[in-house]
Amino acid sequence: MMDLSLLDITFYATAAVIIVCSILAVTTGRIVRSATYLLFVLFGTGVIYSMLGYTYLGAVQLMVYAGGIVVLYIFSILLTRSSQTMRYRIGRGRLAAVLAATATGAVLVIFLLASQHFALVAIPQGVELPAREIGHAMIGSDKYQYVLPFEIVSVLLVACMIGAILIARRHK
Amino acid sequence: MNYYDINSLNQSIHGTLSSLMPEGLAITLEGIAVGLLIIVLYALLAIVLIYMERRVCAAFQCRIGPNRVGGRGGLLQVPADVLKILTKEIISLRHADRFLYNLAPFLVILASIFSFACLPWNQGAEILRMDIGIFFVLAASSIGVLGILLAGWSSNSKYTVIGAVRSGAMIISYELSIGLTVLTMVLLSGTMDIQEIVMEQEHLWNIFRGHIPALLAFCVYLIAGNAEANRGPFDLAEAEQELTAGYHTEYSGMHFGFFYLAEYLNLFITAGIASTLFLGGWMPFHIPGLDGLNAVMDWIPGVVWFVGKTFAVVFLLMWIRWTFPRLRIDQVLTLEWKYLMPLSLVIVLLMTLCVIFGLVL
Repeated sequence: MMDLSLLDITFYATAAVIIVCSILAVTTGRIVRSATYLLFVLFGTGVIYSMLGYTYLGAVQLMVYAGGIVVLYIFSILLTRSSQTMRYRIGRGRLAAVLAATATGAVLVIFLLASQHFALVAIPQGVELPAREIGHAMIGSDKYQYVLPFEIVSVLLVACMIGAILIARRHK
Repeated sequence: MNYYDINSLNQSIHGTLSSLMPEGLAITLEGIAVGLLIIVLYALLAIVLIYMERRVCAAFQCRIGPNRVGGRGGLLQVPADVLKILTKEIISLRHADRFLYNLAPFLVILASIFSFACLPWNQGAEILRMDIGIFFVLAASSIGVLGILLAGWSSNSKYTVIGAVRSGAMIISYELSIGLTVLTMVLLSGTMDIQEIVMEQEHLWNIFRGHIPALLAFCVYLIAGNAEANRGPFDLAEAEQELTAGYHTEYSGMHFGFFYLAEYLNLFITAGIASTLFLGGWMPFHIPGLDGLNAVMDWIPGVVWFVGKTFAVVFLLMWIRWTFPRLRIDQVLTLEWKYLMPLSLVIVLLMTLCVIFGLVL
C-alpha cells in the first residue's frame, strides 16, 4: 500500500478531479459553468483512456467531446440568451430519489469491482494500442471487427443531418 | 545520417539519474525539467516572433519598425514590452463570471502548449511521442476555441461576445480543412506518428513525393492554418474598427498577455506542423541519387533545419497577413464551406488514387 507508483498517483488525482467536477457540474447555478465543469470531466476521461494505453480514444475524446460537443453547448447557450442563474428548489421526495439512485449505483460499482477487477489489471500495461490495429478492427468484416455497425452509424448520422436541415429550412 | 541523434544523450541522463535515486523520482524530475524547458522555450519563441512580426510588418508598410530601444535594430523593444506587461494590473470586472473569466486564458494557453509539445525538434528531441501524434495535435488544438468562447462570454460585453462567436464559427469551420489536409499527408506517409512521418521523408520531402496533391494540400493547409491562428486576413474576430479587440477586449495585464502569447505560438505551431508534414520536419534536404549533396546536408543539425523551415513558413504567413485585406464573416464562411472544404475532399481522393496506383515518388 505504501509504494504508490506514478501511474497510481496520476489515476487517483484524475479520478478526484472527475468526481469533484461531476458533482459541481450538476450543483452549480450557472449554465455556462456547468458546461465548463463537464469539460473538465471529459478531460479526465480522456486522461484515463490514455493511461490505459488507448491514446486514440483519448484523443477522440478530446476532439469530439471537448472540442466539439462542449463547444456546441456553449455556442447554443451564447445564441439562446438563456437565464444565467437556475436555482431550483429540490423537494424532499426528489432528494430521497436522488440518494436512492446514487446508493444503488455505488452498490453496483462496488459489486463489479469486487467480483471483477480494475480494467488496468486485465490489459498489458505501458503499451500503446497501435492506431493501425484500431483501423483494421473498425473496417474489417471478420469476428470482432466492426464494419457493419460503423456503416450503420454513418447512415444514422446522415439521416440526422438531413432531418436537421429539413427542420431548419421549413419556412421555404 | 545520425550525427545529431540525441536519443543516447537522453538515455545516459536517465541512466545517471536512475542510479542516483529511485526511478519514479527520476522520471518526475525529468518531467519537471522538460516541462520547464517547454515553458521557457515557449516564452522565448514568443519574443522572437513578436519582434519578427514587427519588423516584417514594418517592411511591408515601408517603415523601419522598432529601432530605438537597445541600440540599432531595437532588439530590446520586445523584452521591454514583456517587462511592462508583467507589471500591469489585472483588472477584475463587476457583473462578470469571475471564475470563467480567469480560466479562459489558461484554456487557450493549455491547448497551445499541448500542441507545441508534439513538434519534432530533432531526432530524439520529441517531447510527446504517440502512435497517433498528429491526431493528438488536432485534438489538443481544438480546445483553444473553448477558451475563446468562454473569454468572450464571461467578459459580459457585447463586443467580446460578437468577437467570440465569430471566432468560434471560423475556427470550427476551418478545422475541417486542416483535418482533411492532414489526413492527405497521413495517407501519403502511412502513419500518424510524427517522428515516423519525418523518417518517411528521408529520401525526399513530402511536398515533392506527393507532387500535385501535396502541393494543393500545402496551400489549403496554409490558408486554413492562418484562419485557425486567428490571423489576418481572417482576424475579423478582433477587428479593431468594429469590436475594439474582439474576445479579449476586457482583459488586461498578463491575462491579455496569455492570449497574445498563444496567438503567436499558434502561428509557430501551424508553421511547425506544416514543415513537419510537407517539408520534412528536422530531416535535411535530400535528393535521391546525389549522395555528395545528401552527405553535406546531413552535417547541418536537425534542429537548425526544423527551426529554419518553420521560420520560413512563418514568414510566408506574415507575408499573407500584411498583404491581404480583412474578410467579412460571410466571405470567410463561404470560402471555407463552398471552396476549401470541397477542394480538400478532392485532394484526399486524388492522394488516395496516387498512393494506390503508385504515382507518388
